[in-house]
Amino acid sequence: MIRQAIAVFYKDLASELRTRYAINALLMFVVVTLAVIMFALAGETMTPGALTGMLWVVMFFAAMSGLSRSFVAEEERGTTMTLQLLAKPMAVYLGKLIFNLVLVMALNLFIIALFLLTMDQFVVHQFGLFWLVMLLGSLGIASATTIIAAIIAKANTKGTLFPVLSFPVLLPLLMAGINATKIAVEDVRWDAAWPDLQLLGSYIVVITTVSFLLFDFVWKD
Amino acid sequence: MRVVAEHVSKKFNRRPIFKDISFTVEPGEVFGITGRNGSGKSTLLRIVGGLLTPTGGTLRYHNDGSEVTHENLHRVMGYVAPYLTLYEEFSAEENIALYARIRGLTHTRRDAQELLERVGLPVDRTDPIRAFSSGMKQRMRLVFAILHKPPLLLLDEPISNLDAQGMNTVYGIVADFRTHGTVIIATNDAEDIAQCDRTISVEAA
Repeated sequence: MIRQAIAVFYKDLASELRTRYAINALLMFVVVTLAVIMFALAGETMTPGALTGMLWVVMFFAAMSGLSRSFVAEEERGTTMTLQLLAKPMAVYLGKLIFNLVLVMALNLFIIALFLLTMDQFVVHQFGLFWLVMLLGSLGIASATTIIAAIIAKANTKGTLFPVLSFPVLLPLLMAGINATKIAVEDVRWDAAWPDLQLLGSYIVVITTVSFLLFDFVWKD
Repeated sequence: MRVVAEHVSKKFNRRPIFKDISFTVEPGEVFGITGRNGSGKSTLLRIVGGLLTPTGGTLRYHNDGSEVTHENLHRVMGYVAPYLTLYEEFSAEENIALYARIRGLTHTRRDAQELLERVGLPVDRTDPIRAFSSGMKQRMRLVFAILHKPPLLLLDEPISNLDAQGMNTVYGIVADFRTHGTVIIATNDAEDIAQCDRTISVEAA
């Protein structure tokens, strides 16, 4: 199954590199959003807490604009049936999860790099905690959005449904992620972030397990 | 491969498509599913292929004496249909390499070229298959179905968009399957029906 999943991941990666549909849309979204924030905040003094919130807002909406592509693209091209005939449902889910994980990690790295370069008041004091939170946040976002993308792919109003369904599902992750990032930025001790890190870890385990159990029903019919 | 369908019925949103269909297809047999437009031939074929769940009834598959589970059906089945879309951003050879990789097959470039030659497709085309004609795309669907040498071949309107040479290719593949596999064809075409040993007519419920 792992070999099949990796083959599905390579297929998605090759397809994305050839069509550049999600990559181009995501990069443009991030650049435009950060430019708007910079113009809106010109000359204003922002607290690190507020900037942390903005970083997560950009990460959330960037994910919303690109991560549904993994399943929506199969549905729009009419290749869902082809994939059903090729691989086991679990292999498809795992392949798509790996692809979304790689995409969201690359995207978040790009966002963080731009944020650190353009927002002078955004200074990270605890880099270890900061990168751990970003890694767990990316894992959680990829896991939740992959199953939601599979659910909404067959709907007519998929563009609207994806963020609407994702927001309540991602809310615990966003709250814990913002809190833990704030701690990394405001130079409080590591252990202050421990409850949020536990919540992030539990969230990833629960969402991934539920997704594996649900996917078979979502993928067929 | 043996396929046993017992009392199969299908409803879409409470609308009955067909009901109480039973048949057995034996190894080496070419079996036809016929019926008027909208009677549910393609739906029945999709159910046989595990792509749709029947509302009622059961389907069982036996290959070399052992039962094949629905989860593993994709390994032992090839499926051709005009509504099957392949990855059109890739070339024919890239598509074959992709399917082989996902199926876990070791497939050389020479193997891919032999398959393309067998279905009458040019081996030197490197452009994406979206540039192919509808007949060439149908030939690619044949490649997709036979690449892993399955013992069960499901064909839905297999000669749609094909010229006389393409039809001969399809019937040649069907003839090959008589020696080592089973074929089920959903069709209304007289020439397709002539290839079948037996047929069943699907009546709309």
